[in-house]
Amino acid sequence: MIEVSSLCKSYGAAPVLHDVSLSLPRGGVTSLIGPNGAGKSTLLSLIARLIVPDSGSVTVDGLDVTRTPGPVLARRLAILRQENHLVARLTVRELVGFGRFPHSGGRLTAEDRAAIDRALDYLELAPLADRFIDQLSGGQRQRAFVAMVLAQDTDYLLLDEPLNNLDMKHAQAMMRLLASAAHDLGKTVIVVLHDINFASCHSDRIVAMRQGRIFAAGTPAEIVTPDLLGELYEMQIAVREIDGQRIALFYG
Amino acid sequence: MPHERRARLALLVLALLALSAILAFMTLGARGNWGFVLPFRGKKLLGLLLVGHAVACSTVLFQTVTANRILTPAIMGFDSLFVLCSTVLMALFGSTMVAGLDPRLVFAGNVLLMVGASMALYLWLFGGEERSLHRLLLIGVVFGIFLRMLAEFVQRMLDPNEFMVLSDMLFASFGTIPATLLGIASAMVAGVTLWLMPRLSRLDVIALGRPVAVNLGIRWRAEVLAVLAAVSVLVAVSAALVGPVLFFGLIAASLAHLAVGQSAHRYLLPAASLIGVTMLVGGQTVLERVFAFNTALGIIVEFAGGITFIALLIGKGRR
Amino acid sequence: MTRLAAAVLVTAGLALASLFVGVSNVSLRGILAGQELDWLVLVESRLPRMLALLLSGASMAIAGLLTQIVIRNRFVEPANTGTMESAGLGLLVMTLVAPGAPVIAKMAAGAGFAMAGTALFLAILRRVPLRDPMLVPLVGILLSGVIYAGTAFVAYRFDLIQTVLAWTQGDLSGVLRGRYELLWLGATLAAVAWLAADRFTVAGLGRDIASSLGLAHGRVVALGLTIVSLVTAVVVVTVGMIPFLGLIVPNIVSLALGDNMRRAVPWVAVSGAALVLACDILGRVIRAPYEVPLGTVLGVLGSAVFLVLILRSRDRAA
Repeated sequence: MIEVSSLCKSYGAAPVLHDVSLSLPRGGVTSLIGPNGAGKSTLLSLIARLIVPDSGSVTVDGLDVTRTPGPVLARRLAILRQENHLVARLTVRELVGFGRFPHSGGRLTAEDRAAIDRALDYLELAPLADRFIDQLSGGQRQRAFVAMVLAQDTDYLLLDEPLNNLDMKHAQAMMRLLASAAHDLGKTVIVVLHDINFASCHSDRIVAMRQGRIFAAGTPAEIVTPDLLGELYEMQIAVREIDGQRIALFYG
Repeated sequence: MPHERRARLALLVLALLALSAILAFMTLGARGNWGFVLPFRGKKLLGLLLVGHAVACSTVLFQTVTANRILTPAIMGFDSLFVLCSTVLMALFGSTMVAGLDPRLVFAGNVLLMVGASMALYLWLFGGEERSLHRLLLIGVVFGIFLRMLAEFVQRMLDPNEFMVLSDMLFASFGTIPATLLGIASAMVAGVTLWLMPRLSRLDVIALGRPVAVNLGIRWRAEVLAVLAAVSVLVAVSAALVGPVLFFGLIAASLAHLAVGQSAHRYLLPAASLIGVTMLVGGQTVLERVFAFNTALGIIVEFAGGITFIALLIGKGRR
Repeated sequence: MTRLAAAVLVTAGLALASLFVGVSNVSLRGILAGQELDWLVLVESRLPRMLALLLSGASMAIAGLLTQIVIRNRFVEPANTGTMESAGLGLLVMTLVAPGAPVIAKMAAGAGFAMAGTALFLAILRRVPLRDPMLVPLVGILLSGVIYAGTAFVAYRFDLIQTVLAWTQGDLSGVLRGRYELLWLGATLAAVAWLAADRFTVAGLGRDIASSLGLAHGRVVALGLTIVSLVTAVVVVTVGMIPFLGLIVPNIVSLALGDNMRRAVPWVAVSGAALVLACDILGRVIRAPYEVPLGTVLGVLGSAVFLVLILRSRDRAA
């Protein structure tokens, strides 16, 4: 359970989050959607203690993220930001291996190696395992980073726009993988998504944000409606039900 | 894994190179009494070894905590900071007192001051908003000039006698390494190196950059500041022994990356250190024994380093 | 106009003060009473020094402005485009090749090297695909360092380090009558830049706009950099390198006045002269009877102001 209470954050004079409170139960996939600048990524970074709030607090299973020792939290919660510039020259296997650092402290055990192999297989990276990251395509690199946080084997998985750089096939595979991680492995997955139809089809919950506040939260059926999305994005959006999935239309 | 084998091979070759440079330095052109030559050259060698190791390691560490391949402590003004610290210490306490003290004690005080000041500098440069690389570099370079100018200004404000005492301490060069400091410098470098040993894998995590490292449970600020303290000690040692060298670390670190072809610190740090030692000892041997120059090594290093740096900047823009 | 007049007045006051500050006591009363010693110091030392300050300050500041307009970057000046260090190298080479050559010949050699150094800098800039405004001065500072290291190496080989140090550091304590007059030439060149100001302003809009306005862009840029090289060589050979002056003065003036060169030039000239005079007076009184060289005072002040300018400017590339 993640509890966010009265969180405020501003960069310089510009406020990014106003008094955000939210509680996310365990399990399932939660998507954060909303227009640019809504504060989605900031909220995600605050939950994962990558940035420090101006006021308010975040707890994960009752642990205050700013006070809990780093390694303790790193075994419980993993985050992947959208841009991962890597200066270090590493192979895919080495990068994924870093996911085990909170568990092993740098010395890999047999158990760690098994977890690394599982993560590589899960993301179909086994054939690329000994390639250097800088030799991969953008999509492959993105999957390698996801494999790293998966190898971290945490209850909570936070991903900021994980579909960036992925083509349709891999984007779909990624969302299915996240859903199965949530439903089969019992993880709690929170993703920032720009594509509201992926959010609609693969989430258990959607949290919509706008101008640094929570705009609405609920099931896809509650959120993916013409009125709500129209107000959220300030544009006309139609919603059709196709094969039992709610699809937003906004291309015309 | 093939690339691990390659890295180990590279280390072996570098070790052989360093060893032959050391052998050449100790033996080439030696005439007469070995009982005199060996201790005399040995002291010089020790100084060069310390500087090569300290500059190379401090550069690699600094690049690790700044997730960067171009920034070095010298370029960001840390060497100038040491000069300023020494000058300020002298200005505050006066030469009579400083000259009366054990130079090792003065040095230790300098290092302490330096560690504090460099942490403040780091927090100012990297603690706030994120800046673009070029802006950061320009700020660092200009700030380095500012520190140097300020040190020069304070030196001019000193009594000419005090200035003499100070200049003995400050204008050390590759030709005139102060022998009194070798003991304490060795102890400091050895201490830092031993402290680093068990931290190598944590350094690998830090090199992934702040977001990923924090995600993996690194206590970023504390870890980085500790590494930075180590960097400051190493910078202080090299600046005290041979004076500021702006670009040497950059060359050593860049070559080390090329040589081992990967980023694990257990390969990178020894490689950089060996390259640094080879360059300094080999360079000094060639200059002293072949060309009969004495103090020009620093100038040549600056010349080559400046060109390397411009090439790196241009190359980086290209990609 | 009245504000400019006030600035000129302040500068004149500083110039007057400059005449009466120093180790040997020159008093107004002594001058008026026709005391021989006072007159001697005034004419042989103080007056030349004051004029050298005025002329070098004004022309260096204009050279800085011109460099910024022609290279189209706020943060450049002769000291960080390879110009000033190359001029020093030229002087050294001349000293080695023809030790007895007159000052004007040394100056010419320095100017030639300065032009070559600037051209090298521009050639490097052309190879930098992404012209981040921060990268331009950075490359320039590094290049200047490399050229200086080369100079120092040559000087070291031929035991001329002391000679090089004299050029490196802006120091006016050695300026006497007969040793500064070349600076008039520098000031004249700076005045030429003023006359051609409109062209440079147009050239400063960039090659495309300048060409469509019918300006021979390449030729104007070459003319500008030639003037800069000559002025720099003159200043280096007479008073030594004065860093940061050409950088900070035009920037401060442009903050107040905008970027029209014709309007800015008189302000830049007057402020440059005033700043140099003030720094020199400070250097003379702060540690009397010793002198802190102008280059050092200006170095501290200039690098600090430069730093503030960088920190203030918006990060476009972020």
